[in-house]
Order: sequence, then structure tokens, then C-alpha cells
Amino acid sequence: MKNKGILFIVVGFLCFSFVIFYKGLNNPNTYIPETNKKKNIPIFNARDFYSGNYITSDKIFEENIFYIVNIWASWCVPCRVEHPLLMQLSKNQSVKLIGLNYRDNFNNAKNFIDEFGNPYSRILIDKDGTLGIEFGAYGVPETFLIDKNKNIIKKFVGPINQEIVNEIKLIIK
Amino acid sequence: MKILKTFITLFLFMSFSQLHSNETNNILKNKILKNIRCLICQGQSVYDSESDFASSIKLIVDRKINEGLKEEYVYEFLREKYGDWIVYDPQLNKKTYILWLLPLLLFLFGGAIIYKKVIINKNNKT
Repeated sequence: MKNKGILFIVVGFLCFSFVIFYKGLNNPNTYIPETNKKKNIPIFNARDFYSGNYITSDKIFEENIFYIVNIWASWCVPCRVEHPLLMQLSKNQSVKLIGLNYRDNFNNAKNFIDEFGNPYSRILIDKDGTLGIEFGAYGVPETFLIDKNKNIIKKFVGPINQEIVNEIKLIIK
Repeated sequence: MKILKTFITLFLFMSFSQLHSNETNNILKNKILKNIRCLICQGQSVYDSESDFASSIKLIVDRKINEGLKEEYVYEFLREKYGDWIVYDPQLNKKTYILWLLPLLLFLFGGAIIYKKVIINKNNKT
């Protein structure tokens, strides 16, 4: 009777461990960002790309409209792919695009904008990548949609596509 | 001369306390960096990685410590940006109850068996 009890406990424990490990197999062991979590925009002070002057986040997001923050760099190939779509979005009056030039060389970034066009109402310099961290970014390109209450309501990791553009247009309408 | 001596003593004292403070900050910084996961690396902490992401996190942590923020606040800041996954040491919450409590339960269970086997059997024999 006593041995049966021990056997029952051991088998029960093994079954429990099996379920835990089996469930664990289905969990990815890489980072998956939360793309729909509502967050406040960070408070920061950044350098303007063209004037070189420092500007606060309050001043950047002062209008009562939607904003899109796009992290880009001239060395980033997917950024070239998404650029025409950003140009398309910039024509929309109810949204302003803010570019975050991530770990880039000024001349290369300027050539990029001159060649492909400037969809941004303002470009900020993120020389050391810390501004991207403030937004919760971990790569480039990344795009954040900010609502009128100054909350980040959507985050798109990687280059945006037509489907995402349509989704953004639907939200800001 | 007396003024010069006082000045040198004060200067040495200030330099020493500055050095001590820098060393304390470095120890704290390394401790924090070893507990932060590099999100774009395979099984590496931010401390071990030289990636762009890791170097930006290193700068942020350094900045936060120099601002006088405590270790827990730095973790909280990063958790808010990236979720619990960024920190190696998980917090005790409803998702991690089993993780934290199971070893304790197993320890108590094992202890109870040993107690029963050794102490009670010993008492029965005597």
C-alpha cells in the first residue's frame, strides 16, 4: 500500500513535469515584441537633423493629430523597401511623420533623403541608438503609431507593407 | 603652507571619493548588464554582447545609474519598454508562481520524507 502511494506520487510528478516541458516546447525562445500594447510616448530631448538644435518631445508632438515615428537608416536595406509607402502616408493630412535616423552617417542619410524623397515633417538624430531604446525598439526599421492622446497605440517591427499602410489609414481616418 | 596642506588633503579626499563612487557604479552597472538579455542575440546577456542593441542598452543603463537611479528602477524601465523577457531573473507574478514555488514545495516534500525516514524511524527503534 505504501509502495503504491510512492509510485503514484512519482508517476504524478513525472506526468506534471512532462506537461510543463511539453508546453514549453511550443513557446518560442526568441523575443516577440508586444505590438498592440498601449504606452505613453517617452519624454526626451533630441537633435534635429537639419538645424542641429535640440528639441523636446513636447514640442515635437505638440499638435492634436496622429503621429508616425519611423526608425530608419541609410544603411538599412528594408528601409529602402518601405520608403515609397512612407511617402504615400506623408500625403495624408491627418498624420505627421517623424523620422528617427538610427546610428547613421549624416551625409549618407542626407543622400538617402535627397534620392528617395523626404516623407518626414521632422527628422531626429539617434546617433547612439538610445532614443530608439526609449521607444522600445530593438532594430531598424520600426514604426510606431501615436494617437491624439500621445499614446503609442501600434508598433510595426520590420518594413511596413501596403496592408499595414491600409491599417494605419483606417485608424487615422 | 597650512592652507596648501588643507587644500591638498581636500583634493585627495575628493578624488578618492570620486574614484570610489565610479567603482561602485561600475560594479552595479556590470551586475545589471549581466541580468539583461540581449534581444537580438542567441543566449547572450547585454554584458557579453557587442551588438548595436547591446551597446545602446549599456549607454542607457550607464546614464540611469549616473542619474542616481536604483537597480530595481533600471529593470522596471526596461521591463516597461520590452516586457519581462528582457530580464533574466523573472519577477514573482501570476505567470511565474509555479517557477518560484515548485522548488520550495519539492524541498519541503523531500525534507518531510527525510524527516519521516530518519527521525521517526530512529525514535521507533529506540
